[in-house]
Amino acid sequence: MRIVIASGKGGTGKTTVATSLAQVAAERGAVRFLDCDVEAPNAALFLHPDLETHREVGIRVPRVDAQACTFCGRCAEICQFNAIAVVGKKVLVFDDLCHGCGSCNWNCPEQAISEHLVVTGVIDSGTTPEGIAFAQGVMNVGQTMGVPILRELKKWTPATGDAPPSTSLRASGALEIRDAPPGASCPVVETMRGADFALLVTEPTPFGLHDLKQVAAIAHDLGIPAGVVINRDGIGDDAVGTWCADSGLPILLRIPMERRIAEAIASGRTLVDTVPDQRPGFHDLLERIVAGVNP
Amino acid sequence: MKQLVILSGKGGTGKTSVTAAFAHLASQGPLADRILLADADVDAANLELVLQPRRLDTQPFRGGQVAVINEDTCVHCGDCESVCRFDAIIETDGRWTIDPIACDGCAACVYQCPTESIAMQEQTVGECARSDSRYGPLHHAHLYPGQENSGKLVTQVRQRARQHALDEQRELVIVDGPPGIGCPVIAAVSGADLALLVTEPTVSGIHDLRRALQTVQHFGVPALVCINKADVYPDGAREIEAGCAAQGIATVGRIPFDLTVASAMVAGEAVTLYRPDAPASIALSELWERVLPFLLEAPARPHDQMRD
Repeated sequence: MRIVIASGKGGTGKTTVATSLAQVAAERGAVRFLDCDVEAPNAALFLHPDLETHREVGIRVPRVDAQACTFCGRCAEICQFNAIAVVGKKVLVFDDLCHGCGSCNWNCPEQAISEHLVVTGVIDSGTTPEGIAFAQGVMNVGQTMGVPILRELKKWTPATGDAPPSTSLRASGALEIRDAPPGASCPVVETMRGADFALLVTEPTPFGLHDLKQVAAIAHDLGIPAGVVINRDGIGDDAVGTWCADSGLPILLRIPMERRIAEAIASGRTLVDTVPDQRPGFHDLLERIVAGVNP
Repeated sequence: MKQLVILSGKGGTGKTSVTAAFAHLASQGPLADRILLADADVDAANLELVLQPRRLDTQPFRGGQVAVINEDTCVHCGDCESVCRFDAIIETDGRWTIDPIACDGCAACVYQCPTESIAMQEQTVGECARSDSRYGPLHHAHLYPGQENSGKLVTQVRQRARQHALDEQRELVIVDGPPGIGCPVIAAVSGADLALLVTEPTVSGIHDLRRALQTVQHFGVPALVCINKADVYPDGAREIEAGCAAQGIATVGRIPFDLTVASAMVAGEAVTLYRPDAPASIALSELWERVLPFLLEAPARPHDQMRD
């Protein structure tokens, strides 16, 4: 089962909820954690995995064999992203614009194009002290496209060597938790695609509500059942609760606004480690999600 | 004309609250009626929630294209699926359809289809708007949920804002940026005169600030840092100041943790207007006074450097 944690608005507590949910779930079975916020991955700061494996990923961009090329311009005509241009007896490739679709390669009449990986990021993986199989995508600074890294990350499966023997056997049937990026555009969609449940973390403010609506719309369009966590409960107003009731979105957990929680999370501790009385709430949250998806 | 962009790396550190406060504070000084605002966070556009603008004009934003299969001529051979690297072509009971959400718009399937049954269709993926707010014109946009090309929409918002500012000889454009460091951030920062990074003293905030600063520097934009919720984790705040100092980046403000900011948001007002004597408001006023000289001193940049 795959649970994705998303929010729309940044800083509402996605990683706070995702890391605590993972810790609680790891007490009951195998857990796989994917930090899908490739621009700003933070879950490792809380779960402290031993990231021993690093794999460079990127997109496959065309390289043109100048000997074989007849400068017919077919590749430039086919490319939808203006990533390739033929100027006189020269072919220019703009790696930054390439989406790595391969179309220019297949359609070159002279087979003068081959594809080469341009590294745009890395996938780090390893195991946390609780035995959670952990992987994160990290986009290189200056790159624009995180989605290709995300696609590779979603394919990641823990190697047997990644986890201690006690957990490696369980890993295949593991619960997967995906920590999504903020916003509501293509990287969020890619993170949510294929998930069985979307847990939407918001805060009870107009900003939180506005952005929650965006991400709830994506879950709806993808046909993924969703529930809401209200973080910093007590600030702002009741509009989130009212909207959730009107939209039929269940509120599965409320985390109160408390300064001690903010302070502990600031220093890199997870919520359930800091506030043990939140633990039953997270167990209950997990149970309700699992029961709701597999009634 | 100068462009100030507010960024953060990590989301939710207070970019929009700072932007709204700056807009209000600017209206109280010599820049009154000389500023213009742009919301460059197009998939979570919140600035209008605190500026309560009156919308003057809305234009559709046409983003990329998606492939569409003509059912009448499709022979269900599946060649399209074999070339799609985006898992966008779905087979159900021998019939093939394209998932418009997954489609990247590359048209590989169009060229592969033996019966020419696939065509590209332009999509309207959002809207671009111009409004009047109490502190000046606002350019903003709304990317429909789940769409691509947020970077291009950000570029469009910035181009419109810049042109409008030049036309009316406004001296300052304040750009409320998106979180992260990717495509929309690069579109928001490139060609700006100054970036103010709003961070928070948390392990996540520090980690993401570092990456955001590298991004800003990569595009050659001078940066300043301010620490929001500075008193929540004083060790973290000290780490940020020391890290910035080592790189020659000035930390120009410390805003205390203050729930008045959330109350102001509910009221739909800049916190500095909502309660000027709140601790956060006082700190924001000081921050604005410190940022202003950096803006005035920043050398004029050629403004044609914006990327698509």
